[in-house]
Amino acid sequence: MPTPAPLIEMRGITKSFGAVKANEAVDLSVAPGEILGLLGENGAGKTTLMNVLFGAYAPDAGEILIQGKPVRITSSADALAAGIGMVHQHFHLAPRLTVLENLLIGIPGKAGRIDRAGGLARLAEIGRQHGLTLDPDLAVSALSVGEQQRLEIVKALFRGARLLILDEPTAVLAPTEVDGLFSALRSMAAQGLGIIFISHKLNEVRALTHRCTVLRHGRVAGRVDDPANTTSAAMAQLMCGHEIVPPARGASTPGADVLTLDGISTSQHSGTALRGVSLAVRAGEILGIAGVSGNGQRALAEVISGVRAPDAGQMTIAGQNVSRFSPREVQALGLGRIPEDRMTTGLVTNLPLADSMVLPRIGTAAFSAKGLLKPDAIRAFAEAQIKAYDIRCPGPMTRAGALSGGNLQKALLARELAFDPKVLIVSQPTRGLDIGAARFIHEKFLDMRAKGCGIIVIGEDLEELLVLCDRIAVMYEGRIVGTLDSADATIARLGLMMTGAEGHS
Amino acid sequence: MFRLEVRTSTPAWFNLALPLLAIGATLVLCSGLIALAGAGVLEAYGVMFTASLGDSYAITETMVRAAPMIFTGLAVAVAFRAKFWNIGAEGQLLAGAVASCFVGAIPMPGPLAMVLMAVAGAAAGAAVALVPATLRVKFKVDDVVSSLLLNSVIYYALMALIEGPWKDTFSGYPISPPIEDSANFPVLLEGTRLHLGVVVALIAAPLIWFLIVRTTLGFRIRVTGENPEAARYGGINVERVLLSTALLSGALAGLAGVGEVGGVHFQVMSDISPGYGYSGIVVAMLARLNPLGVVPAAIFLAAVMTGAEAMSRATGVPAFLSDVIQGTALLAMLVALLFTAYRIRRVGAVR
Repeated sequence: MPTPAPLIEMRGITKSFGAVKANEAVDLSVAPGEILGLLGENGAGKTTLMNVLFGAYAPDAGEILIQGKPVRITSSADALAAGIGMVHQHFHLAPRLTVLENLLIGIPGKAGRIDRAGGLARLAEIGRQHGLTLDPDLAVSALSVGEQQRLEIVKALFRGARLLILDEPTAVLAPTEVDGLFSALRSMAAQGLGIIFISHKLNEVRALTHRCTVLRHGRVAGRVDDPANTTSAAMAQLMCGHEIVPPARGASTPGADVLTLDGISTSQHSGTALRGVSLAVRAGEILGIAGVSGNGQRALAEVISGVRAPDAGQMTIAGQNVSRFSPREVQALGLGRIPEDRMTTGLVTNLPLADSMVLPRIGTAAFSAKGLLKPDAIRAFAEAQIKAYDIRCPGPMTRAGALSGGNLQKALLARELAFDPKVLIVSQPTRGLDIGAARFIHEKFLDMRAKGCGIIVIGEDLEELLVLCDRIAVMYEGRIVGTLDSADATIARLGLMMTGAEGHS
Repeated sequence: MFRLEVRTSTPAWFNLALPLLAIGATLVLCSGLIALAGAGVLEAYGVMFTASLGDSYAITETMVRAAPMIFTGLAVAVAFRAKFWNIGAEGQLLAGAVASCFVGAIPMPGPLAMVLMAVAGAAAGAAVALVPATLRVKFKVDDVVSSLLLNSVIYYALMALIEGPWKDTFSGYPISPPIEDSANFPVLLEGTRLHLGVVVALIAAPLIWFLIVRTTLGFRIRVTGENPEAARYGGINVERVLLSTALLSGALAGLAGVGEVGGVHFQVMSDISPGYGYSGIVVAMLARLNPLGVVPAAIFLAAVMTGAEAMSRATGVPAFLSDVIQGTALLAMLVALLFTAYRIRRVGAVR
């Protein structure tokens, strides 16, 4: 494609936090009509760089040019005024307000009155241009995750963004929604907008972007001029600095059922209820649960963890009926759990990491006796796991919330695997993690499988499930619509089943 | 321009520096009021200091006042650790006072009476605290509101008692009959009011610290307070922890009332507590919810209260300044706590 003057250019951006250089002399540019992939492992400095661009941090050195003119961006208001829009991983929407009201937040009206008609017209226009249609009067809380993301994009366009930054936009989407997002992004680029697309998923980056900038340890590790014709392996190598070999899932001979669910149903407290779910996991087997999130996965994980009692049906662990067991009781029987949301249901961010690492087993003889804690044992356990799993942190007394996502996930993994669980229930195990960390987590699951642990992996990333799982069950509206041997499963077939079509296995 | 940036860690010396900073800011802020009342600032603070900590008698008087606030401070610190928002220490203190007064009036050997007074007072405080905790656990009733409003219920119940069945028929004053002389807590220093209850309060602080930091119950309280969802998934019975915390917190506040009856007033009257339960909130916040920090924080507030009266006599500044200092200290501490989570950064130009 021709190379017009860059829409935006970052030159020699350097930003340090204490002794850590998060960005060092980073150059980056986006031309009008260009989709730039920004790649890098967690901690490579992608977020810092985008925060500098969006005005959240002032860089220590370097400059930002918009259409050749140097600008100073010291707040998100500056960034918006300069035509930069950002769609964060976690949406910034007011759930009780309608789509239109969310769009009009912060936009001055006419003579103190909200310009509803003008807003509607703009919304309709944006919808026509890029296929981003939304019902203006629907409350945001009634929108699906994909629609909320669409609203965030529309919001940025509404404010006249000429450069759109998307941070891991596909992490929350189903495969069909990803296609819709990509066609909208292509349409925006065709009309001259610049787009920065941050992702870990290399196949998406190859399918969508025109050019990539790869960060490693805060510096530009390389640029890819023709992503479509560059292999994922080559890009992964740029990101990590070394070759990444996907783990090989060897053959296994599954043993007896370690966990069974028979006709489990739940009442609808929050989210989708389960409707007669039956499944079984055998020792030495990894069972995947595929599905667009919000189809009962949360309830399934809650029932298996013992946090929610089923209304009907029976659950067994190692042959014992555990339908009415408390979380502590199922843990005692050998259930390990790695939750979807590390920060809210896994760890205690404000307390030392060591506390989170012993939390599920604090009452056991390993960490307490007669109601008194064994601080030395707790510390020693945490220290040993930090070493064994290479968890990067100053020590076991560090506040858990100060760790990066990948290190927190390792800490959770360490805490569950240290006690040789018979069954492991895992949700979105590598969401938001980089290739290296994800690889490490996958290897640990395969190790556990070889040791005879039965593992359930709930996930939306079908490629990950296909690499990892022996069998994949698909959930739709609280039911299992079918189960495939992963040898017979393809992304297309699973994707179809995820929309509710019956599987044939 | 200045901006707040999120901190990744909080240095340990902040635990000491922040309360001192808050107290310093409070004294500076309140000096304006002293000047407004027409007194010399240094003179007024000087009188406050001499009258509260200047000699050994003054110190004992300050300690006698500190004791109930150590108990209510501990009560609030324990509760807030679990995020059980117990604003009801005042009512729990009053319930403890009534119960211990009732027991103390029954003739029996002194030591037995003292033990039973403590048990009854603690139980009464615990029972009161159980009300908002149960309402929260069972019906999701906001514990701030219920525990706060319960204070009035208990206060007026106490008033009904001393205006009714307990009323002194001889003098007609609304005061309860005194407890038995043998049940009066022993005085530890001749010629002062320093009683056994003060020592018990000083011992309670490290015990509660040990409970919070070194026991599984303390662990569960901390985890439940910081992240109830993670606690629940981790196998902790969150409801039971909240109820246990409420019992403990209420019992501690009840003991504050026991000390006032057994060691200071020997009977119950309407003004037995000048708001020690509410002061406990200030104490706990100044201590950053650390049970060991509760002791110096309570002594500080007690010194302000004791000193303010003397200052008022000597300089004519109204003794209400004591309340102003307390309120300002709480606000200053809440502001100071901001620095544990954020640092102030100068936002400079891009070089």
